[in-house]
Amino acid sequence: MTEAPARAVAKPVSDADPFAHEHLLNPDPLHQALREAGPVVRLSRYDVHALARYEQVHAALVDWQHFESGSGVGLANFRHEEAWRAPSLLLEADPPLHDAPRRVLRETLAPPALRRLRDTWAATADELVDQVLKNGPEFDAFTALAEAFPLRAFPDAVGLGPDGRENLLPYGNMAFNAFGPRNDLVAADAHRAAALGAWVNAQCAREALTANGFGAEICAAADRGELNYAQAPLVVRSLLTAGVDTTVHGLAACLYAFATQPQEWQRLRERPELARVAFDEAVRWQSPVQTFFRTATTDVTIAGTTIPEGTKILMFLGAANRDPDRWSEPDRFDLTRDPSGQVGFGMGIHQCIGQHVARLEAEALLTALARRVESFELTGAPRRHANNTLRAWESLPIRIRPAA
Amino acid sequence: MVGTSVVVNAVPGPDKSRPGTRNAVSLTVAAKERVAEGVVSLTLTHPDGGRLPDWTPGSHIDLVLPEGTTRQYSLCGDRWDAYTYRVAVLREPDGRGGSAYVHDRLRPGDRVGVGGPRNNFPLVPSEKYLFVAGGIGITPLLPMVRQAELLGLDWQLLYGGRTRGSMAFRDELAAAYGSRVRIVPQDELGLLDLEAWLGTELPGTKVYCCGPAPLLAAVESACASWAPYALHTERFTASDQAAPVQDAAFEVELRRSGRTVTVPRDVSVLQAIREAGVDVLSSCEQGTCGTCLTPVTEGQPDHRDSILTDRQRAANNCMFVCVSRSCGDRLVLDL
Repeated sequence: MTEAPARAVAKPVSDADPFAHEHLLNPDPLHQALREAGPVVRLSRYDVHALARYEQVHAALVDWQHFESGSGVGLANFRHEEAWRAPSLLLEADPPLHDAPRRVLRETLAPPALRRLRDTWAATADELVDQVLKNGPEFDAFTALAEAFPLRAFPDAVGLGPDGRENLLPYGNMAFNAFGPRNDLVAADAHRAAALGAWVNAQCAREALTANGFGAEICAAADRGELNYAQAPLVVRSLLTAGVDTTVHGLAACLYAFATQPQEWQRLRERPELARVAFDEAVRWQSPVQTFFRTATTDVTIAGTTIPEGTKILMFLGAANRDPDRWSEPDRFDLTRDPSGQVGFGMGIHQCIGQHVARLEAEALLTALARRVESFELTGAPRRHANNTLRAWESLPIRIRPAA
Repeated sequence: MVGTSVVVNAVPGPDKSRPGTRNAVSLTVAAKERVAEGVVSLTLTHPDGGRLPDWTPGSHIDLVLPEGTTRQYSLCGDRWDAYTYRVAVLREPDGRGGSAYVHDRLRPGDRVGVGGPRNNFPLVPSEKYLFVAGGIGITPLLPMVRQAELLGLDWQLLYGGRTRGSMAFRDELAAAYGSRVRIVPQDELGLLDLEAWLGTELPGTKVYCCGPAPLLAAVESACASWAPYALHTERFTASDQAAPVQDAAFEVELRRSGRTVTVPRDVSVLQAIREAGVDVLSSCEQGTCGTCLTPVTEGQPDHRDSILTDRQRAANNCMFVCVSRSCGDRLVLDL
């Protein structure tokens, strides 16, 4: 009996640069091409393997045993290259080193622990929306709402001092650029990298934090020995790096959705309890965090393609979240959809630990808007902001019609 | 693992119109093995061959036995193996029947309900560890020992038991770690000399102890002068805190929606709510991410998540509907 000789199947290769401005500003065509090319595509420009289909991205995200984070979740491979800052104890760590920081932050940010913030943030959102609307029906929803609300709510919750908060967004922008190649976007921040890094590190010290925020709770966990004292400031840093820009661009994605799909806004106004679903659907639809890398801990075979040990794998979360094999009409923002299972927050042991905080912020802002705004419309073309990791915004000019 | 090649199995794709609606978790007994006098180990796998929820050293699972009792057992396997759980069960002659069922009646191929994993006994960072095990109390310490070794830390294990033959895993421990492990069978060497080991505080050392109540009391007393938070203990006594699992169907009233749904025994609360047309956001569907947190207004949830602390669980005011169930006939949720 003879068997057909195994046919060598060439693994799909693409020379596209996913970090080129063209793709960062408008990723959907590249995502579609990568999904269609195959379950694993080699990106020749960076010599990495790319996953763009939901099935493979999900499988890689949950499998920390074979897809490690400790060698960096950006393009840089910490096995050979030095990280630009001390690696994150959460994002850039594997078990067992990952366990204690994750546990402490999870307890600090768990839904029951956030209840005390709910009323405060609802009041903050009401106040902000009132202020914005008082200045007339036309404004930039990105700066006036999507940026402004998290900057009012979140740093107070962490326990930051009053000074220098304007550094938070530039620091986040720089940190998320650093997960990509050392391209023009990284170069643009180089002149202030040291200053921003120093500012953020200074905010993470116990003395700099107020007594009642997330930061103080992390320090208290160190007092109980649940972290060591050297780890606590780095855990606080994770909050500051990962907790601001992501929420800002997630909220902007919500507002963009409602300005362009008014029927969905009416649905939310009728049922404001959909606010959390709306935020998750926006995260699915726009994926504020577009990409993360992993490193193969051994030779791993995915759908017939072997990825060699020690090499980098680029997971396109944004492409997975619009995979037509997983989602019906994936390009549509749809409040009747159940967005559960979207990978915009990641999945598995590295799944975004601040997601409940982000949802609570979104709930506060969207609920406040739902009471006062009849409809949104764009008054000009929204402008995107190029970032190596974030699907980011620069401007979202809108006009609202106030609720009667 | 370097140098080996593995094939990564994708998670079975969920239905396109509905995210994976996983039933209450039921695992298969893949193997049952005698590991010491009166101790059997169980290897559990998912019936689909899929990954099991991740865990950390010190975690336990709830085992819901076919005859309805629920018992907690520490996971003592390898967390790098995502496809199997391992627990070791001591036959407790004076117990309430759970361990006897496992020993006498449970067979490979049987299905058992599993809740968790949860960790009330986490390994916190330290420069040095002193692990103290009494009898079957070795189980949560096994993965801790492996972890301390992996991190290249300074550690020692004191392991006491009635007789050499009753001490599970003693040969593996001695073979793998040599003089770091001190095996003390009571019939040969008497009780653990806790005063000698713990009477003087060892700076920078965390003590982890699991075993019968008298051992815990003796360790607590020996460590009385140690710094706060240096000692970590877990009791393994046949648990009185075992959740009174409702094996039959129960009712869930969704107060805001004005609906009442019946949750059959093999359907998750999440699934039942969704089938009634009420939206609940979820993500991991394993009780680990917290997305499906739902406020509870009446009734007592049978918590089976990995998130809430004991205090939060006792508050009875919220639950994760993807895995948790009801202790009684009825729950009222704020949905």
